[in-house]
Amino acid sequence: MPLLEIRNLAVEFQTHRGPFRAVDGVDLTLEPGELLGVVGESGSGKSVTMLAVMGLIAWPGKVTADVMRFDGIDLMSLSDSDRRKIVGKDIAMIFQEPMTSLNPSFSVGYQIMETLAVHEGGSRRERRRRTIELLEQVGIPAAASRLDSFPHQLSGGMCQRVMIAMAIACNPKLLIADEPTTALDVTIQAQILDLLVSLSRERNMAMVLITHDMGVVAETAQRVMVMYASQQVEEQPAERLFEQPRHPYTAALLEALPERALEKRLNTIPGVVPGIADRPSGCVFNPRCNFAQERCRIEQPLLEPKLGARVRCHFPIRGDVS
Amino acid sequence: MLRFVLTRVGLVIPTFLGIILLTFILIRLVPGDPVQVRVGERGITEERRLALLHEMGLDRPLHVQFFDYVGGVLQGDLGISIITKKPVMVEFLTLFPATLELAFFAILFAASIGLPLGVIAAVRRGSAFDHTVMGLSLTGYSMPIFWWGLLLILLFSVDLGWTPVAKRLSDDYFVDQVTGFMLIDTLLSDDPMNEGSFLDALHHLILPTVVLGTVPLAVIARMTRSAMLEVLGEDYIRTARAKGLGSIRVVAVHALRNALVPVVTVIGLQVGTLMGGAILTETVFSWPGIGKWLVESIGRRDYPALQGGVLVIAALVMTVNLAVDLLYGLLNPRIRHRR
Repeated sequence: MPLLEIRNLAVEFQTHRGPFRAVDGVDLTLEPGELLGVVGESGSGKSVTMLAVMGLIAWPGKVTADVMRFDGIDLMSLSDSDRRKIVGKDIAMIFQEPMTSLNPSFSVGYQIMETLAVHEGGSRRERRRRTIELLEQVGIPAAASRLDSFPHQLSGGMCQRVMIAMAIACNPKLLIADEPTTALDVTIQAQILDLLVSLSRERNMAMVLITHDMGVVAETAQRVMVMYASQQVEEQPAERLFEQPRHPYTAALLEALPERALEKRLNTIPGVVPGIADRPSGCVFNPRCNFAQERCRIEQPLLEPKLGARVRCHFPIRGDVS
Repeated sequence: MLRFVLTRVGLVIPTFLGIILLTFILIRLVPGDPVQVRVGERGITEERRLALLHEMGLDRPLHVQFFDYVGGVLQGDLGISIITKKPVMVEFLTLFPATLELAFFAILFAASIGLPLGVIAAVRRGSAFDHTVMGLSLTGYSMPIFWWGLLLILLFSVDLGWTPVAKRLSDDYFVDQVTGFMLIDTLLSDDPMNEGSFLDALHHLILPTVVLGTVPLAVIARMTRSAMLEVLGEDYIRTARAKGLGSIRVVAVHALRNALVPVVTVIGLQVGTLMGGAILTETVFSWPGIGKWLVESIGRRDYPALQGGVLVIAALVMTVNLAVDLLYGLLNPRIRHRR
């Protein structure tokens, strides 16, 4: 049984110009312990997809899905209070800005112990012991003396470690990391990433890593989902995706990596991501696509298995996988 | 922290001198003097008038009077009331509990209603509830309170007969002043004649409390709403929700704690407004407190009483503001730990 199963997820917001779909038709299956990378530009719907899984889309946002099942439980039909028993316990999430994601008015110890208190109860002393243990696991030196520290007394990297400790406090089966290293120094980024990957392996904890850094995905993820303009455009095992992308967007994205630049000039994707009001008809990528044909401008492609990948394209890139 | 306190206290001295100078000059700018006011229309010989002024020490040059007064204040002597011949400090302390009692209930009323209203309005922003609360609070804030008081008296006291019109206690009771707080004194009184006087005192408090508390209530509700709106959009609120906390806990603990800093400031600042409002409220309700006393002192040109009263109130307002600044530290760890 897959840990997380999503069919045709959509998130819709009301705007002045009418409804806008921030996420449109996302299908996703995640096995226990699996590490999935979700890549895409800012505003492509990566975070919103995962916030929908967490049940954190606030009114007036509207979440619809044919199927959204976690560990056999139908998330769509769950009441708010039942949902909260899962969120923070079996599914946990960490965010992009560790400094502002922790409440400035409470000590980090309090904030971790609060999660434990809500989901597991137990005595105050037990929670305290467990919190120290968690802080040690995420690599915070002198953990016991850090309990009473406030977020502003810690560095960004330390704050992210605290966030991770809080997230893994109740041994979640799924950890969603929303650009966990974007706001951190480059030297700290690698440490945090290593920590997340090793925690995931040790605990057989599935992880969704949202990022716009292809390098991070290449190093960590087993499978990669690429999003563009609210839609999921491609999904493949990581290794194959880097070797032979099937969607022209993915291919263009990889060509734009500085590491892959063969000439002096960096490859770029012409044009910009379409905004809320100017989504093109047909394939969302067609105005910027080098391979676009008449059909791409009229008919919206479906997300289908093609050439060993799941891809939303009428004319996926052929080419051999060695 | 100590340095912070010392800096703030250091600022108090020039502020005091300014206040003394201002009240000293302003009251003397009002036409007439204590003697003229007392003799009224009957008139008095110029000789007698000068003799009386000399007796009060008011015939001396202004600067001599001023330095004499400041000298007294520095020694803790606020002077003697021209009219009652009692020390100003004694007068003040006798009347102040009445004002304090009223102000305490007014701020309690304002905070206990304004805070929840502001929080709910923020959580349901844009709803009919939000618009109603904000509309009402704007009305309350704009209401001249003497007129508001009269309106309430007309409705509740005159038409409906639910509440007393004025004073702190019905004439049926006679309660000795022990603490000056009517609610406490009525409880302390063991005279069987005074049975029920506590409820009577409470009954008398209702309308003045509402009148005096209206403006602070409006300010607190609006401030709470805007502070909460800001905080509710913060990342750590999303984190709190992601932890699986219930929405009441998210709002009441994680959001409110952070929103309280500006709200507490506003409550502190309301103490000044409250003293100003007390003057009007006490006059409307014949409430025998500092406000009514000050207004009467102006009418009687009782220079020492007025100067002393304003000075002590200013001292109180400054003390409360300092206390509020210190309270920040408790509410906001970022301030507490700053060097």
